[in-house]
Amino acid sequence: MYEIRIHSRGGQGGVTAARLLALAAFRDGKHATACPFYGAERRGAPVVSFVRIDDAPIKIYSQIHNPDMVVVLDASVMETVDVLQGLKEGGKVLVNSEHPQEFPGYTSYHVDLTGIALAQDLAIAGTPIVNTPFLGAAAKLGIVSFESVTQAIREMFADERNVKVAEAAYKELVI
Amino acid sequence: MLMISTGNKAVAAAVKQAAPSVVAAYPITPQTEIIEQIASYVAAGEVETEYIPVESEHSAMAACIGASATGVRTFTATSSHGLLYMHEMLHWAAGARLPIVMANVNRALGPGWNTWAEHTDAFSQRDTGWLQVFVGTVQEAYDATLMAFRIAEDERVLLPVMVNLDGFTLSHIMQSLETVDLGDFIPANRLPYAIDVKNPMGYGPMTGPDDYFRFRWDIERSMRDAREVIRETEEEFARRFGRKYGPAEEYRCEDAEVVVVSMGTLGKEAEVAVDILRKEGIKAGSMRLRWFRPFPDLDLKGREVVVIDRDYSFGFGGVVAASLKAKTGIECYNVIAGLGGQEVTYNDIADFVRDRRIGEEMWFGVSE
Repeated sequence: MYEIRIHSRGGQGGVTAARLLALAAFRDGKHATACPFYGAERRGAPVVSFVRIDDAPIKIYSQIHNPDMVVVLDASVMETVDVLQGLKEGGKVLVNSEHPQEFPGYTSYHVDLTGIALAQDLAIAGTPIVNTPFLGAAAKLGIVSFESVTQAIREMFADERNVKVAEAAYKELVI
Repeated sequence: MLMISTGNKAVAAAVKQAAPSVVAAYPITPQTEIIEQIASYVAAGEVETEYIPVESEHSAMAACIGASATGVRTFTATSSHGLLYMHEMLHWAAGARLPIVMANVNRALGPGWNTWAEHTDAFSQRDTGWLQVFVGTVQEAYDATLMAFRIAEDERVLLPVMVNLDGFTLSHIMQSLETVDLGDFIPANRLPYAIDVKNPMGYGPMTGPDDYFRFRWDIERSMRDAREVIRETEEEFARRFGRKYGPAEEYRCEDAEVVVVSMGTLGKEAEVAVDILRKEGIKAGSMRLRWFRPFPDLDLKGREVVVIDRDYSFGFGGVVAASLKAKTGIECYNVIAGLGGQEVTYNDIADFVRDRRIGEEMWFGVSE
């Protein structure tokens, strides 16, 4: 089982990112569950959501305490939240950032999801959409296939720019 | 069709296919997604349903009672305080023998204000005469909702059915869902004594002790008959659609020496714990109780039993453990866990089994 924890801020689409990723994994023929951790969070507060992907049906409903991978959709949450908490040894960290991030003991990746979204003018009420570009990055990291990513995005969104930003993130992420 | 869905949307998808004539509802977290989805089906003309947005849950159930009394299929959904606000009307719906189906997304009761999963809301309505089923997966939320209409409307039952799913843990998780081509699985609703809306008239509904007593006995007879109707319905569902359900879902129970009894999503998490315990040489099994009313006969003889109650009856004990003891005489290790959405993992459940002390009660994380 592959377990992913996504950190974001309320209103940024972190829950949708989890749902998109689960849907893409599901389109790959895998079993997948996506669950938000709903707290008393409000728009702008740090939030987490979870994705599990496996070849067998998934019976676990509790939160992910030891993820294989951590995704940070808003780098500013790292100022107040220990995003590495419980991350497995040698686990992956993907940060939405223009700049490389160093996490000793872990494999880190960065890609400017916000910049990619803004280049396509993809924003809701001024908030750049980072979850659909994130799906492109997830495909580049081999978590899901890029074909399933585009399929999942088209199932959930009519705006074709969402596919374009996924393509851009796929190209830009260096692995 | 195979898709990915939340628990809430799975319930809404089943309701759309059952196509009730009336849905009357009031929003409450974490149920709201169900009625939003149904409202959008109605707005898009995808289902022939009159959607009545009411001003409270009490009114929602009152509207469902009025609609159902005219003989039409009726649905609503609620959670927690919304369910409690319906309380008087829940007794009325069952007493009037109205086959209303309701989804209750199990949520803790305030104060303190808490929107996470707990079963006390449903259990506090256990004596209203409603049938209650608890589900453990998104697929089961869909399947149980479809079956609920058929069971409720069966002439041998004619009682309302409450389909319970864990707040957030199941209502908001995304899992795979296979929808079915329903065909004639749910026969047309035929209420034998429907109100004639074309010829309205009023009666004094006073009922003397003798008739009243007979009506109550008739409810209990139907509850007893409901066991057979549930069995038939679940068998027919399996025959047509290939998914089998029963009064409890048993996992590795055949040779089990210790059985974990639980309800809702904890019952699926318990299966993971059972696999871990088996690897350690502990012959464990899991029994996820699905039906709470009518309460099923469970075969637990000769096994040690660990009951996880995601509920509590203050001054008495865990409701499931107490029910089990009353019905079977079995003394268990009663773990109170998961109240207000408390995190309970498969490792925790495995610990409950390893550390069991039969005859005792333990509040997870707070008592020794």
